[in-house]
Amino acid sequence: MTEKLYPVSIEVNGTLREAQVSARLTLVDFLRDTLFLTGTHTGCEHGICGACSVLLDGEPVRSCLMYAVQADGRRVTTIEGLAKPDGTPDALQDAFCEAHGLQCGYCTPGMIVAAHALLEANPTPADDEIREAIGGNLCRCTGYQQIVDAIKLAAERRSGSAR
Amino acid sequence: MSASPAPGFRYIGKKRRTKEDPRFVTGRGRYVADIALPGMKHVALVASPHAAARIKAIHTEKAQAMPGVRYVLTGAELCAAVEPLLPGVDAPKVVRYPLAYQVVRYAGEWVAAVVADSRALAEDAAEKIEVDYEPTAYVLDPEKSIQPDAPLVHPAHGSNVLYRRKFVWGPVEEDFARAEQKLALRVRWSRSATVPIETFGVAAHWDPNQKLLDVWASIQMPKYPDQTARALRLPGNAVRVHYDVDVGGSYGVKRGIKHTVLVGYLAKKLGFPVRFIEDRLENMRGGDMHGPDRIFDLQVAFDEDGTICSLKIRALDDVGAYAGRSPLQLGKPVGAIVGPYQIHSVEYEPISVMTNKTAQEAVRGFGQSPTNYAIETAIDRVARYLRMDRIELRKKNLIRKDQFPYRIPSGTAYDSGDYHTVLDKALAAADYPTLLAARDAARAAGLLAGIGIATCLEPSGGNTSFEPLFNAKNDTTTWMDSCLVRVDLSGAITGVMNTSSSGQGHETLVATVLGEVLERDPDTIRVVHADSLNALPSNSPVGSRMAIMLGGAAAGAAHKIKAALLAIAAHNLKKEIAELEYREGNVSVKGDAGKTLSWAQLVEIAHRKYHLLPPGLEPGLQAKFVWEVPGGGAMPTADGRIQMYPCFSFEAHVVLLEIDPGTGQPKLLRYACGHDCGVMINPDIVHGMTLGGIAHGIGAALYEKFAFSANGQLESQSFMDYLIPSALEVPPISIADHCTPSPLTTFGQKGSGEAGYLGAPAAIACAVNDALAPTGVSIAELPMTPLQIWKLLQTVTKGPDLKSSTP
Amino acid sequence: MKAAPFEYARPATLTEACELLAAHGPDAKLIAGGQSLVPMMAMRLARPAWLIDISRLVELQRIAAPDALPAAADGHFVVGAGVRQCVMEREALAHASLPLLARALRFVGHVQTRNRGTIGGSIVHGDVSAEIALVACVLDAILELRDTSGATEVPAREFFLAPMVTSIAPEQCLVEIRFPVWRGAGKAVTHGYAFDEVSVRHGDFALVSACAQVELDADGRCVRAELGLGGAAPVPLALPEIGAQLAGTRLDAQSISAAAGAAADSSDPESDLHASADYRRHLARVLVARVLHAAKAEAISKIEAAK
Repeated sequence: MTEKLYPVSIEVNGTLREAQVSARLTLVDFLRDTLFLTGTHTGCEHGICGACSVLLDGEPVRSCLMYAVQADGRRVTTIEGLAKPDGTPDALQDAFCEAHGLQCGYCTPGMIVAAHALLEANPTPADDEIREAIGGNLCRCTGYQQIVDAIKLAAERRSGSAR
Repeated sequence: MSASPAPGFRYIGKKRRTKEDPRFVTGRGRYVADIALPGMKHVALVASPHAAARIKAIHTEKAQAMPGVRYVLTGAELCAAVEPLLPGVDAPKVVRYPLAYQVVRYAGEWVAAVVADSRALAEDAAEKIEVDYEPTAYVLDPEKSIQPDAPLVHPAHGSNVLYRRKFVWGPVEEDFARAEQKLALRVRWSRSATVPIETFGVAAHWDPNQKLLDVWASIQMPKYPDQTARALRLPGNAVRVHYDVDVGGSYGVKRGIKHTVLVGYLAKKLGFPVRFIEDRLENMRGGDMHGPDRIFDLQVAFDEDGTICSLKIRALDDVGAYAGRSPLQLGKPVGAIVGPYQIHSVEYEPISVMTNKTAQEAVRGFGQSPTNYAIETAIDRVARYLRMDRIELRKKNLIRKDQFPYRIPSGTAYDSGDYHTVLDKALAAADYPTLLAARDAARAAGLLAGIGIATCLEPSGGNTSFEPLFNAKNDTTTWMDSCLVRVDLSGAITGVMNTSSSGQGHETLVATVLGEVLERDPDTIRVVHADSLNALPSNSPVGSRMAIMLGGAAAGAAHKIKAALLAIAAHNLKKEIAELEYREGNVSVKGDAGKTLSWAQLVEIAHRKYHLLPPGLEPGLQAKFVWEVPGGGAMPTADGRIQMYPCFSFEAHVVLLEIDPGTGQPKLLRYACGHDCGVMINPDIVHGMTLGGIAHGIGAALYEKFAFSANGQLESQSFMDYLIPSALEVPPISIADHCTPSPLTTFGQKGSGEAGYLGAPAAIACAVNDALAPTGVSIAELPMTPLQIWKLLQTVTKGPDLKSSTP
Repeated sequence: MKAAPFEYARPATLTEACELLAAHGPDAKLIAGGQSLVPMMAMRLARPAWLIDISRLVELQRIAAPDALPAAADGHFVVGAGVRQCVMEREALAHASLPLLARALRFVGHVQTRNRGTIGGSIVHGDVSAEIALVACVLDAILELRDTSGATEVPAREFFLAPMVTSIAPEQCLVEIRFPVWRGAGKAVTHGYAFDEVSVRHGDFALVSACAQVELDADGRCVRAELGLGGAAPVPLALPEIGAQLAGTRLDAQSISAAAGAAADSSDPESDLHASADYRRHLARVLVARVLHAAKAEAISKIEAAK
């Protein structure tokens, strides 16, 4: 007795992806195991650590708390979709490199997704706004400070203001 | 942040982007769960609900009939086919297998494993396995566990004590007798751990023709391939561990040897690749990665002028139902048992005891942070008793910069330091007078506010001296590390490191060191990870050792390359080496720039022009360097004296904290840390780890605890109840750097992977107690949650006496 | 942690959704944002055989500010059960008409959870410390439930029965929440609002939460007050009797202290890993006092500003 499969059609990083999935396949597992986009990570599978954050129609969500079937017809952007077309870092990702806003890299994709959404909505965030925006992304390596520095640097560079 | 400039270095100490960051920020890391092996199957586990029970029967038929199930494994089969895993102390009857064998010893212990086409299907089948248990007596309290009438966790061992010894270094009784005052205190460090965001995972594939087990794992463990091979009854060269797997954080705990033996066995038996990624519940309850769980009873002998004369420390540590290296976490602190202070004598009684809880594993600092918390709390008590300023008391007792190398009573020599200056830098970074004013203003406004000071050591250079110290039968004294360097025909440099990394920036470390010695741009140097078959010996990044050991090995190998280049040049320029000058890879005759052989030319000769090679020099351009920990290699004395680790980094924390008197909630307002780890090879990497270590310490101090119910259930088994600090719980932190180079290392570097974590809990506890001081109550147990603080405040019988606190 | 298998439907209309619920009964669960349900399913604490996705139903997305009724009447702010928390956060009308809800939303989870979680989902889940549920009770909101036989109205104050247990029947769907808006009924009054909670970390479930909404006349005398406690009883606790006793006072320190004490006495909290019952009772007293003081201060500052 195999599980019933449902057709999904999800735009992922600008490309329409179609598949037949079981209802219980989470969006994060769909991205990782069906589409082999392994940049999005799982850390808890119960919606707290934020490592699974992706953009759903431009807004950060926890992809471990969605089933792929719920994302049918929607637009998903993962960390892979934020890089430049040749795979090299965009301005925000580059700022994370400049400020060393990461160490092991495991929380980093989710963190960058949250930061990306913040800067799109609020191009010049204050420190407390940055911390609020990443408040749902846990990191065990950095103590968050160099992450905050990276996001501030990205904001400065994107808005063209002097450092 | 201030940074001491690294004297006269080309690349070392300068800001440099890491080599690792670009792949991680673009989502191109390669963690174990990212590796897809063709035909791979997945494991889910069945865990015991009981703290202790006999397993009467395991019914697997329904599970075996479930869709997609390939195999169901129980302890009966596994334990007959593999060697048991043993603790790091002499306790041969305390055996651990990946699956319980006949009995379960803690709630969450793994009892059966299902292999299926997907993790979801494996979980569906795991639910169908029925286990008949006969619950038995259990013990959860370590103080009860050491009593003779306690239920035995491992009856064959005869007691629940894994290790116990009383060390006496120096004239302790005389010092206590002649001291003018004594204090006794108890502090409790509750069970927490590093809990990386990535759980442990392992994938294995057995090739029956090559008779080779390939292993990919999220691992940070010395002797991992060796122990895997031993347990699976394979020769060492039948296991190939791929060290190029990115590890999503470890900070000590990722010693998934039982997971690996399980998966290795299944892969070998079933003939297809098998992968097990812990889910968070498996990780928290059954991953055997809890940290120290310690009760310290201390006595301090001191004089009225504040001189600390002697210490007695009894450390009772609850390792849970099984042990790997965890008992040895009581041993490493021997190497810094007096902290940074000139204390004349010490008595230390470590007791490692078992209870029916999840097993403990190595945690960042390997026992030093709990020990620092205990020592610093004692220092603060002395200050309070004498009504002496806590900073003055510390300055009086801190080892002075002219006293190095300083040998402590337990036999370790501290290599270098200037503790007074680092403390002053921390106070300056915190703007201490302003902090005092802020504290006093908060108190005047009716809040509870306190300043915490902690001065702590970070022993570094990770040696294994605690092994023979705690087990005379174990004469392991080698704890080497290594590096191989190749310069290829094109003149490009590649460094090979021989262990895994989990965010420490080792590739950057090696490239920087190679670039420094060879005077070539580190951006052009590639660093790769070997696998365990082609690796030189390594003992993993543990005990803050890689800057020293891997950095030293890279430098050693680079010097050999440089020597070869000079030899080739000498031979071809027909000069003595002393007449030559090496600059950026080119070699010239001193004073005669026209006579030069360039890097490219030298490389060509090495690789292609044998007729121009000096006799006796091997062709090609490569070198390996393998070396022992500086100061290591010796056995302990009969009274337990040993050089534990070679190099001593130092940190001084200054913290301002408020407590809401209405709710008991603590809040960190200002945080400054003075830090001296000798020469920093990459400041951003070092600062990052210090900041992360402080955040980790904030968690241990205020939020994190593996709490067990009265019947042995882990109550904090998910992130809903095990509370890791977010960006809103960690304040901005100022780091003030200082540099006292180590005389023992290549560039004067000391280790710093455990920085911040080793002093933060002590400093925050100190701040909380300073905040509570006007009320007359104090707290001596971590974590200091709002509930704990509030309960303490309820015992206050009088109003706050704002004048009674010490400065 | 993978969920047990289930079947999935995404009906196009509310009627279809109700029909599916009627057909599958207790084996079916509605899913909108899933922020509470999906973790439970991952841990296999919830294992519905059917998930019925109502997140895109237009009928659940209505946001309607009070009509331009004569000033004598209080209006209702209607929020569709499927409206996402982030939408209410951003919605200017909501801030203007329901400041108490706007304040409460700051404490609900994190950015990611509010981007998916819904106003109705939080209410139906029935967690004793849910902020949105508390506001609904304190403001005496009306919930509209629908099933195949039609619509039913239930006061929020009667909806919560026990931890995680509400009076919703398995075949019912929460459609809208109608929050009363205080418009002062033509009198010269100002309003103050406050929401506060104690949690161990930011964004965690509240150990205890409290909120208050007060109406003061031009002399600073309290005309009406509503307050309540979350996390301090088996259900979100509106305290209308205590609020009624504050009417007529100047919300002076003594009245507030008495109200806070009465609130703590009314509470019936549980003990768990993070807080004992005694501690929660204490927090109830402290937080009720704080929110009353804060709401009063806000209203007073408006009176001052108007002078």
